[in-house]
Amino acid sequence: MKVARRSFLSLSLGVAAGVTLSPLPWKLMDDISIWTQNWPWTPVPEDGEISYAQSICTLCPGGCGINVRKINNRPVKIEGLKEHPLNKGGLCPLGMSGLQYLYGPSRIQSPLKRVGKRGSGNWKKITWKEALADVSEKLYDLRVSGRPQALACIASTDRGTVPKLIARFLTAYGSPNFIRASTAFDSLEQAIYLTQGQQGTPGIDIENADFILSFGTGILDGWGGASRMCNLYGKHNSTKKIIQIEPRLSDTAVCATEWIGINPGTEAALALGLAHVIIKESLYNKDFVEYVSFGFDDWTDEDGTVHEGFAKLAGSYPPDKVSQITGISKTKIVSLARKFARASKPIALAGRGQGSVPGSIDECLAIHSLNALVGNINRTGGVSVIPGPDYAKWPEVKMDVAASKGMQQPRIDGAGGKQFPNTQFLLNRLPEIINSAKGESPVQALLVADANPLYTLPDTAATKKAFNRIPFIVSFSSYMDETSAMADYILPNHSYLERYQDVPTPAGLARPLIGLAKPVINPVYDTKHVGDSFIQIAKSLGGFIENAFPWDNYEAFLKESLDDQWDELNNKGFIENKYDDLPAPLAYSFNTVSSKFEFYPTLRNNPKNKDVDVLPAFTPVPIEGDFQKFPLVLIPYDSIRLAGNYIANSPFMTKTIDDTVLKQQTVLVEINPITAKKLGLCEKDKAVLITPKGKADVKIHLYEGIMPGVLALPRGLGHTAYSKYLADKGVNVNDLIGPIKDPSSGHDMAWGIRARLTKA
Amino acid sequence: MSQTDQHQPVSTKAMPGANETPAANSTGWIIFLFFMIGFVGSLLAGWILFPELLYSKKNQPIDFNHAIHLDQVDDGCESCHFFREDGTFAGMPGLDSCIDCHEEAQTDNPEEIKFVEEYVTQGIEVPWLNYSKQPDCVFFPHSAHVIGADMSCETCHGDIGNSEHTRVYEQNKLTGYSRDIWGHNIARLGKHKQGEPAPMKMNDCAKCHKKETGHKGACFQCHK
Repeated sequence: MKVARRSFLSLSLGVAAGVTLSPLPWKLMDDISIWTQNWPWTPVPEDGEISYAQSICTLCPGGCGINVRKINNRPVKIEGLKEHPLNKGGLCPLGMSGLQYLYGPSRIQSPLKRVGKRGSGNWKKITWKEALADVSEKLYDLRVSGRPQALACIASTDRGTVPKLIARFLTAYGSPNFIRASTAFDSLEQAIYLTQGQQGTPGIDIENADFILSFGTGILDGWGGASRMCNLYGKHNSTKKIIQIEPRLSDTAVCATEWIGINPGTEAALALGLAHVIIKESLYNKDFVEYVSFGFDDWTDEDGTVHEGFAKLAGSYPPDKVSQITGISKTKIVSLARKFARASKPIALAGRGQGSVPGSIDECLAIHSLNALVGNINRTGGVSVIPGPDYAKWPEVKMDVAASKGMQQPRIDGAGGKQFPNTQFLLNRLPEIINSAKGESPVQALLVADANPLYTLPDTAATKKAFNRIPFIVSFSSYMDETSAMADYILPNHSYLERYQDVPTPAGLARPLIGLAKPVINPVYDTKHVGDSFIQIAKSLGGFIENAFPWDNYEAFLKESLDDQWDELNNKGFIENKYDDLPAPLAYSFNTVSSKFEFYPTLRNNPKNKDVDVLPAFTPVPIEGDFQKFPLVLIPYDSIRLAGNYIANSPFMTKTIDDTVLKQQTVLVEINPITAKKLGLCEKDKAVLITPKGKADVKIHLYEGIMPGVLALPRGLGHTAYSKYLADKGVNVNDLIGPIKDPSSGHDMAWGIRARLTKA
Repeated sequence: MSQTDQHQPVSTKAMPGANETPAANSTGWIIFLFFMIGFVGSLLAGWILFPELLYSKKNQPIDFNHAIHLDQVDDGCESCHFFREDGTFAGMPGLDSCIDCHEEAQTDNPEEIKFVEEYVTQGIEVPWLNYSKQPDCVFFPHSAHVIGADMSCETCHGDIGNSEHTRVYEQNKLTGYSRDIWGHNIARLGKHKQGEPAPMKMNDCAKCHKKETGHKGACFQCHK
């Protein structure tokens, strides 16, 4: 038998035919496809019992209700809480991606002590006992040296029991320097205080208003609780009108009824121009102006001096003059004033973007005066004041000699002092004061809780320099943020999903609503509630400080503070006061000198601060930079897809950014095509953006939605800390913009900076 | 070459192999034989050897007697394989369900003693092998079938409730899933035997859905 080549071919044919007629290839094909779905590195979510836990999101001051979906008690998804009166089931990208703040790589997993050079990132893990003992010892030494006032604490808010507990600690310790970050609501709060004499949270009844005159407020860009605003104004069939006035076509402007482009920084002039038309055409609310207002007309004081009234001030802003200043046509100004005054419930809103910069107090007063002109004060659909939360009384802090001596010292930031008597906190002034101090820094020890000043304060370089002059910095952050990276000790707080925290009425909400954030999971890492850390430090400092804290832990303090509200809050998660529960409109009396709404805010009459006019005249904010050297103007903008506050945007949020905002690691600067053409720049060109404060590598994005001569950069990029998913992406606008002190309030009023662009 | 050469009749003698007719026949047979060897061999390999190689065999950690338990409980299968309050199906019971009766061994059955000693007293969950585990991309609600459509457990899982011993668990070496999903018939031909678990591939779901509801169902019904 001779086996030829043909026999082998035949064998192969036979095998092929046999295999085809057997289940082998078909079964194998199916199995291989399943095998590829089950590679060991493919993440497979755990299966198990599903449960939900309700809480309040505290990643921003919005105070939305959340419903956390858990599998085998492990949180796997965050949804908006349908029953919550604010967000009604909606949630912003920050809230939705909150689990990345729980499990993400930027979490600090145990107390840390710096071992290398400051900011070098060399840390040693220590136990809580060591950490608390070390910090207590340092604070004890500072106090014994007779300078308890050299201890300062920076927090993001002063509302809620956590900051109250920290401020109480500082009082018992002997330092008046509890400082919190300021926002646009601080300016509004002050404007309300000056004109109405009422202290409390500004309430803007945006739910019931029907005509929103927004001077750059990012209603749909993350202002005032993103999901609440989307519920109100995000619908195309909304009957409410939004007039958006700002130099850039923001997402809010896109969704608004009308967008009016304005020369940046001239909003106060427009407000006065609108007031001019309203007064001239007699469109104002005469009952309000005649019976409950003061300083509308010229008036004579006891000494016989005649003072100019608001009507006369507005009289010097005729439409043609305002048109020249603002770049808005005369007819537009007149028709806008008429529309505003004739609407049934109009509201004028101050505060740019998400409101992270307080802004000029004059501008805020001018805009708030518009609300008064139409009589929309303390009324449904108007502006009112919400009193602070009604906490149970804590035992009075008894101070020893050291504490009372320290508490008598002026605040380091100058707030509440002779120059700025109406301002409570001035964090923006702190770097300048530390840097200009002769000898050693007035702050010798700094505690930072729920704040990230090294990222959020304007002029990062100056802030960093100031922090370097502070010998002892303790961060209580849950994350390795820019400030933690510069600290000496980190005593990590639980993440927001692991801790109790009460959430008082969010600023801007027109009715009282308190929420309670509750732990939805046991702490994942070796962290401690910031309140507990402070109580334990107080206990180890002993004496009067220890006596000021008779509570075992923060939870006991919280329960006692909330008193009879605790049970309802703990069960339901929030307590809402409906409109019917509120006193009738105008039941609040004005606590001003005249007992009326003061168009002429008498309290501003400060003989110690002669630079300030009492009436809110338009004075352009002197933004930094020489026109010749820096022919363009840079403004920051906010986006709902970027978190620019002390909580950084999550890696998921960064994924949602368009490549016209961030391309790989480089940020794109928005520029009008006309300006770009003059500079010889095209789309995606590489360029260097230079301001008096710094420079940055950028790319060009041509955008017709921005005024010629203006550049815009997003807030929330350019982190240097956190994790590789956030760091080194784009540029932090605060590196390029410095603060400008408002002469009247001391707050930062910078809306931008001069800049130039050169092709790279 | 001349024109005439081309028109000459071709002599049969000139053809190669013309004188070797028997040998030619035998070559044909050899070729056919090789074809048949390949054909039959691969058929045998595909039908018999391949399934043997594809599946590994494992025994359950404990030889569980369903029949004896079914007699003792009041609620049938749902006594242990229950629905949670939110309607999700608990699947394999955890130790919590066993511990009420089996904190200590009740008989001298070596399997029960092993169960108590190795798992109950040490608080370790039994790593049961799940004959019906579906891939993660499949969303299968027991409630829609058992409660909604009033199907009995046996329809899909066979008469496992009356079994006295656990079956050998055959695991697909490539996919890691139980052989029950594909079905024991490697060709997936014919109907599965009464009392045996039904195959659970997507086509099996679709076939039943088509029969019971009139349509196969949309992708998103199961692949969420």
